[in-house]
Amino acid sequence: MTPQRKSLAKRLVGTNTLWIALVLLLLIAVFGALRPDAVLTVFTLQTTLVETSVLLVLAVGMTFVIITSGIDLSVGSVLVFSGVTSAMTMNSLNGGDATNAGWGVVVVGLLVALASGAAWGLLNGLLIAKAKIPPLIVTLGSFGAALGAGQLISNGSNVSGVPNVLSNNLGTGTTFGVPNLVILAAVVTALGALLLGTTRFGRHTYAIGSNEEAARRVGIGVTRHLMAVYLLAGVLAGLAGFMAMAYFRVASVTGHDTDNLNAIAGVVLGGTSLFGGAGSIVGTIFGVFIPAVLRKGFVIVGVNVYWQPIAVAIVLVAAVWFDQSRRKARDRS
Amino acid sequence: MQAAEGGGVVRERGVAVADPLLDARDLVKHYGGVEALRGASFTAYAGEVVSLIGDNGAGKSTLVKCLSGVERPDSGTVAFDGRPVELDSPVAARALGIETVFQDLAVAPDLDPAANLFLGRELRKPGVLGWLGVLDKKEMRRRAIGSFDDLGVTLQSIDVPIGSLSGGQRQSVAVARSVVWASKLVFMDEPTAALGVVQRERVLDVIRRVRDQGMAVVLISHNMPEVLAVSDRVEVLRLGKRVARFRAADTTVEELVGAMTGALSQEDAG
Repeated sequence: MTPQRKSLAKRLVGTNTLWIALVLLLLIAVFGALRPDAVLTVFTLQTTLVETSVLLVLAVGMTFVIITSGIDLSVGSVLVFSGVTSAMTMNSLNGGDATNAGWGVVVVGLLVALASGAAWGLLNGLLIAKAKIPPLIVTLGSFGAALGAGQLISNGSNVSGVPNVLSNNLGTGTTFGVPNLVILAAVVTALGALLLGTTRFGRHTYAIGSNEEAARRVGIGVTRHLMAVYLLAGVLAGLAGFMAMAYFRVASVTGHDTDNLNAIAGVVLGGTSLFGGAGSIVGTIFGVFIPAVLRKGFVIVGVNVYWQPIAVAIVLVAAVWFDQSRRKARDRS
Repeated sequence: MQAAEGGGVVRERGVAVADPLLDARDLVKHYGGVEALRGASFTAYAGEVVSLIGDNGAGKSTLVKCLSGVERPDSGTVAFDGRPVELDSPVAARALGIETVFQDLAVAPDLDPAANLFLGRELRKPGVLGWLGVLDKKEMRRRAIGSFDDLGVTLQSIDVPIGSLSGGQRQSVAVARSVVWASKLVFMDEPTAALGVVQRERVLDVIRRVRDQGMAVVLISHNMPEVLAVSDRVEVLRLGKRVARFRAADTTVEELVGAMTGALSQEDAG
């Protein structure tokens, strides 16, 4: 007997992704119905997308990490560190103030940001995969250390002098009405989705999160793969630091303390399991936008914005509870 | 799958007379202060089913782990196809054509049956996409369905994570994975433990079929009637050493149990 293939619709119903997408649509519909004039506008859409772009890039890396059943608490601090090193490098290349610097300096700044992120990611990966220290502890350490290092380098203050060509183009520029920052985030997300969903790298990421010992026994290079995953998360945090700097026109050393938790919340809301082995980038997109839409919606509708974290918390806990009970039901068989 | 080398294996009344395919001698393995193997030897011939039996703690699973590259013995030698080999990783064992069904199955519960069948050996698309690491999921799925069909494995669905399948179906996938990829030898550690009567018969059929293709099958089982029904030979481990060897056709359950418990031993078995 050849096993039957379920229809696409049937397979979709079984996934968290569908439900979380419905929650997002429902939120937009409710806010839209309450204030159609303010919510369903191009401006609101644009600002929501822009404000979420940086977090989305962090969350793409976090999705890979969580699918391996790991965690990365360091992404917000690595973002700060990368922004600071990048901005200071650009300043020193241009006589102390890079405001009027050209594209050459900007490219060097980008490479420095990516390399800074890569360095922290590699350190995380080494300690987790080679030294076998739990990811929670390793990245709690680098969460503190990367922020501390960034503040040491910048003397604890924000670094200004971000090149205008960078801010005017990547930071606030648009292409056919779409903010460039959003385009970059979308490209990164699409590449991440392809890498996770269609390649051997992605398949091994799932396998390691599902059963690390099984992956090892079939000859998957688990140590190397985990290092690559944390490296990827670090590089994306570096890119996020560069994007945030371009948008805010300053490499900020504050305001990123909870980026890690926001990224984790988005990933988990999107149906990626904290137990590893299951999840998707598409889910992460929905998951990241739910808190953003809630915040925006509350502001527009006039609900006290302090309700937002409470609402997010309820959805988050419900999502994890749903995932857990589904797994229990499955493993009982 | 390929036929045994040389074809010089004569199986008369279920006994192979040829050079051994796998010849492990005097393996010792410590876990901390515990001596799991104390100079254990083990032999397997091409084209036979040999059962490895022993009481709990006799060292069966440790021996299989050492011979499939999961663990490294502290001392001892292993010869495969007449040559000394270092089984220092599962990859090294697989390169020799050795596959293993582990007692804990070693499958990825969140992945579907096809993904598990091809785990670590994923097919990639031809051309540039394959070079970029893009998987050929359709082809893997097609071949997986073919393999499951050939082996008589019936699954409710090919699209669900195998964690949601029954224990028996999970086990069938693990067995299928080993026999699809093996070319010389398959270790099966309790392959029928979670199975119902029908599925158990199917796995035993698969074992016989693999044997008839010229491969060696090493079966670990607690089920003595099953051992006698499917094996050509039986080797008995006790307290980390080989204590007896039997031709399945010439022995009885009582004799096997006697060897396992120490009531009976053979001088030349070690």
